[in-house]
Amino acid sequence: MNLTLLILLPLLTAVAILLMRNDAQVKWTALMGASAQFVLAFCLLFAFRKERALGNIAQMLFEFHYQWFPSWHISFHLGVDGISVAMILLTAFVVIAGVLVSWNVTKMTKEFYFLLILLSLGAYGFFMSLDLFVLFFFLEIAVIPKYLLIGIWGSGKKEYAANKLALMLMGGSALVLVGLLGVYFGAPNHNFDLMLLSSMHIPIAIQKICFPLLFVGFGVFTALFPFHTWVPDGHSSAPTAGSMFLAGISMKLGGYGCLRVATYILPDGAKEYANLVIVLSTIAILYGAFATMMQKDLKYINAYSSVSHCGFVLLGIGMLTKTAMVGAVMQMVSHGLMTALFFAVIGMIYERTHTRQVNEMGGLIKVMPFITTVLFIVGLCSLGLPGLSGFVAEMTIFMGSWQNADLFHRVATIAACMSIVVTAVYILRAIGQTAMGPIKEGHLSVGDARWNEKLAAIILIAGIVAIGIAPYWLNELVTPAADIIMHKIATK
Amino acid sequence: MMEPGLYHVLIISTALFFIGVFGFLTRRNLITMLMSIELVLNSVNINFIAFNKYAWPNKLDGLFFSIFVIAIAAAEAAVAIAIIINLYRSHQSIDVENAADLKF
Amino acid sequence: MLGVFSFGIDLGWALLMIPLLPLLGFLVLGLFGRKQIKQSSGIFATSLVLVSAFLSFHTAYGYFFKYGKLEGVYQKIIPIQFTWLQFSPGVSIDMGILLDPISVMMLVVVTLISLMVHIYSLAYLKGEERFPTYYSFLGLFTFSMLGLVVASNIFQMYIFWELVGVSSFLLIGYYYDRPSAVAACKKAFIVTRFADLGFLIGILILSFYAGTLDFNTLILKLTTTSTPEFLSATAASFMGISALTWALVLVFIGGAGKSALFPLHVWLPDAMEGPTPVSALIHAATMVVAGVFLVARLFPVFSMSAPALELVAFVGIISALFAALIACTQTDIKRVLAYSTMSQIGFMMFALGVSGSGGENGLGFTAAMFHLFTHALFKALLFLGAGAVIHFIHSNEMKDMGGLRKYLPITHITFLIACLAISGVPPFAGFFSKEEILLAAYQHNATIYWIALITSGLTAFYMFRLYFSIFWNKESLAHESAHGEGGFAMMLPLVLLSVGAAAAGFIPFGDFVSSDGKPLESVFHWQFSIAPIALGLAGIFTAMWLYKKQNNRSDTIAHSLSGLYKLAFHKFYVDELYLFITKKIIFNLVGRPAAWFDKNVVNGLVNATGNSTLFISEKIKGFQSGKVQQYAIYFLAGVIGLAILFIYVWK
Repeated sequence: MNLTLLILLPLLTAVAILLMRNDAQVKWTALMGASAQFVLAFCLLFAFRKERALGNIAQMLFEFHYQWFPSWHISFHLGVDGISVAMILLTAFVVIAGVLVSWNVTKMTKEFYFLLILLSLGAYGFFMSLDLFVLFFFLEIAVIPKYLLIGIWGSGKKEYAANKLALMLMGGSALVLVGLLGVYFGAPNHNFDLMLLSSMHIPIAIQKICFPLLFVGFGVFTALFPFHTWVPDGHSSAPTAGSMFLAGISMKLGGYGCLRVATYILPDGAKEYANLVIVLSTIAILYGAFATMMQKDLKYINAYSSVSHCGFVLLGIGMLTKTAMVGAVMQMVSHGLMTALFFAVIGMIYERTHTRQVNEMGGLIKVMPFITTVLFIVGLCSLGLPGLSGFVAEMTIFMGSWQNADLFHRVATIAACMSIVVTAVYILRAIGQTAMGPIKEGHLSVGDARWNEKLAAIILIAGIVAIGIAPYWLNELVTPAADIIMHKIATK
Repeated sequence: MMEPGLYHVLIISTALFFIGVFGFLTRRNLITMLMSIELVLNSVNINFIAFNKYAWPNKLDGLFFSIFVIAIAAAEAAVAIAIIINLYRSHQSIDVENAADLKF
Repeated sequence: MLGVFSFGIDLGWALLMIPLLPLLGFLVLGLFGRKQIKQSSGIFATSLVLVSAFLSFHTAYGYFFKYGKLEGVYQKIIPIQFTWLQFSPGVSIDMGILLDPISVMMLVVVTLISLMVHIYSLAYLKGEERFPTYYSFLGLFTFSMLGLVVASNIFQMYIFWELVGVSSFLLIGYYYDRPSAVAACKKAFIVTRFADLGFLIGILILSFYAGTLDFNTLILKLTTTSTPEFLSATAASFMGISALTWALVLVFIGGAGKSALFPLHVWLPDAMEGPTPVSALIHAATMVVAGVFLVARLFPVFSMSAPALELVAFVGIISALFAALIACTQTDIKRVLAYSTMSQIGFMMFALGVSGSGGENGLGFTAAMFHLFTHALFKALLFLGAGAVIHFIHSNEMKDMGGLRKYLPITHITFLIACLAISGVPPFAGFFSKEEILLAAYQHNATIYWIALITSGLTAFYMFRLYFSIFWNKESLAHESAHGEGGFAMMLPLVLLSVGAAAAGFIPFGDFVSSDGKPLESVFHWQFSIAPIALGLAGIFTAMWLYKKQNNRSDTIAHSLSGLYKLAFHKFYVDELYLFITKKIIFNLVGRPAAWFDKNVVNGLVNATGNSTLFISEKIKGFQSGKVQQYAIYFLAGVIGLAILFIYVWK
């Protein structure tokens, strides 16, 4: 399977959207493009599994290599392992759902969909690139549309939020760039190729400087405490699809970068700073959860809970055991699907009740059974109900974390475990106040979900349930890749 | 009667240069500023010719350069006057102080 | 082990169907119940559970009488198992079915009670708008509970444990538009969730030391004193307590939360906000015994740690007494029943706590399981009977009731049977199981025995207080205009369960369920029974004296005991304590500061960065005036400066 297809397809879709004449054409083109991505992502999954089943144990499959700037050793190098495939699948799920829920965007529809598709292009490229320069290139592609999405189609303090988000993410990317250059010049022969770099021994002094740069840089994307403040404002001001993409995809760019770039090519740096990572991520988990408890705006609730849940991703990486790492990847996929669904539901509720304050709602089960059912499912997923994806991911992280036998790791794990209680508190408060209780006067005549919203929700729920009921396929997909990364850390 | 030498010419061109610079910095009228630039350019021309004549009398490089400068000055004047005319049309004035729309 | 028994292919399928049929009900009703099969949803779900119950009985018959025994010992059979999620070599979550005496017994109990509740609800909730939703939740609950009892892997148990928690959340919150129901369902979920945290950490510790999550392997490794796993688990210690004990205590906290033991019981009385059949199913007969079942499942490991068992015993007995005292003062009939449940669960728990493993010592284990079994029958009966009363009166309060024996004859008789059973009057079911528990306590620990004896007397008192207040007391109330008893669908479960509550005591339970799988010869000392029966009868007659006729004796007594009465009436202020901790401490001292810190400090720093950038740029933007002439001055100054530098400084 040719990986460039996954880049060409969004590109062609984006161009096609620009050529369309009216809104309907734009929407259908975007939907067709997103569906094609969806199909392609599944093709990739099956092709990948087939290759593996045939006994191909190369670390990266379907590699694509093209000399871009030979003099600087930059090449357009693509390839996927299990982790990338999982992330690509996640992206495809979120993109199609995002396109579907934005069906009634009326303001500058063409530009809106163009930016959405452009963002997906950046994400696919990022997850596939094996060259750090190309990776950075795609990272930037995935950042910039968000500024416009929030600034133009947002609500509330949108300019402030857009600026804050773009500046913080750009700051993160700047750190990443510095780190990448450090690795480039610090490595024995100047190179941007991830596979080559991973096989080289980068001097420890360089690793100690570059790891924090890269980890914090990517960490900003994935809400590393204390660089998470873009999350609540950004998410709450963004349009529904924007929030979905932001939480579902962008935050995962950071987690993936922390894992694939920072930890994989700088294993000594990772060991050096692992404890710090654990401390920060544990703080993020608990602190995010407690901060969520105090929020009254549904979007803020989900944004802060994202801080908490993304803390698990970083915790899983920081624990430096294979199981925890698999858990971190599972958590990325799970949280991506879940939070996208959560934002979609919030968008649906907001569109009907014109409020996001939980205390201004109540008893919505009565008037919107479908939407509230989805809200229940996503809430229960968030608090880690077995049978849904959140449980599997969190438990894998806990099991992996517990493999470290010393007191420090134990305390961190127990603290992280405690968040599941706090999560239950805030999720039940939110659900209890919105969906249950007596209904408010003004909401008696609102309608239930439309076909596009139902389809979007069902697609995301299918993903969540597929992981929750049958986690073994994701586990099998991710474990060999995590094994390689862990092996490198263990042997160096 | 003393034969005028290189120094005299250089003094004149330096004077001309600073008159031009002074005019460029102080005048608010674009036409005058353009004229000041012409003075600066011509002082350079004088330098070229003077050095050519006194330092390397057998060469023509200085003369060529001064011709280039004249040509460029003419082109520049053409462009500048076009801009000035446009500015006048839109602002009814050729005062640089009024043309502050792109500030900040 | 699989090879030894040949069950044929049908057993595997039949076993799998037991939990999957209710799940099918949940899925079908959840997806299509609202529109397509709204009318027949109750019948549909009931018939699925009926099949499931039939298969359970079939399995139980097969297990106990045909293939379960090998050389006189009941075996642990795992007919179905597959790897669900592999963590590391040896450590994986496996989904499977484990058959041993207690899980088979629980299969029967769960499906039977669930079936009764399904049938009963057909009439009880007739005409409700969310009727299909109700049945789909019941299906989910039954599925989760069945998955829990057959779990072959401790993590599988945790998974279903959580699912049980969420189904109870959904069912308690069934009347979603009542704020009290919403509060109750949140409370139930959060309190049990808090306890589950202990369970989870306990699992983590156990899995770390045992290197496995599989029940059989785990028990084997942690009960053989010579294995390296056992040695490391007992050698490692934290704060002077061995890792094994820590793990068991934490697991027990999980069990205590689900089983509503002191001090994690606060959710149970509030959970009565759900429809009454749900209370019967979840909060009496099945879900609350999950904690007992958990301890029983891990009992061999518990028996390796004396401190953990002590804790189990004392938490059990405290809960039993504590709840019995509260039950004497409550006026909401469902709450009385809820506290009596808590008290009975306490009995089961301390029976486990005083038990030893193997042979005669295992009497407590058998007694606990026996009591679990009989309690499920008579407590479901009590709740369903209370449901019939509430259905008739439309109130939960004792003061609205009285003299109902004329209007509700069948309910009256069955309720009386259940009260006699729970009070331990021979020959009803509760008598036998309670005798065994008391005997086990007597053999082990005198303190526990005496408290248990007093509690059993109290049990008889508050149950008959309830009985007389409902069916006797005030005679004058006229309910002629009201509808009848609720039809065949409501009466059938009552009659069937009352037969069970009357006769189940004669089952030779020790032959089937014991701590080591070998039949336990229960020795019956009639002399020993004198004290409990006498106390029980005393309780009954006191209740009769106080409540059979309308009088003010009870008020006088309550008044003379005002301090204790008030304390018990307000449930010893445990709820208030929790409210104080959560609302005042957690919210104000943790949540609010966290939110404040985020809003002001972390976010403030980010904004300060932005603002200082703005401030600096504001200061220096004058340089960028856009005026060509100003630029030219800078330029000229620069050139002159450079010229000076080159000419005079650097030569």
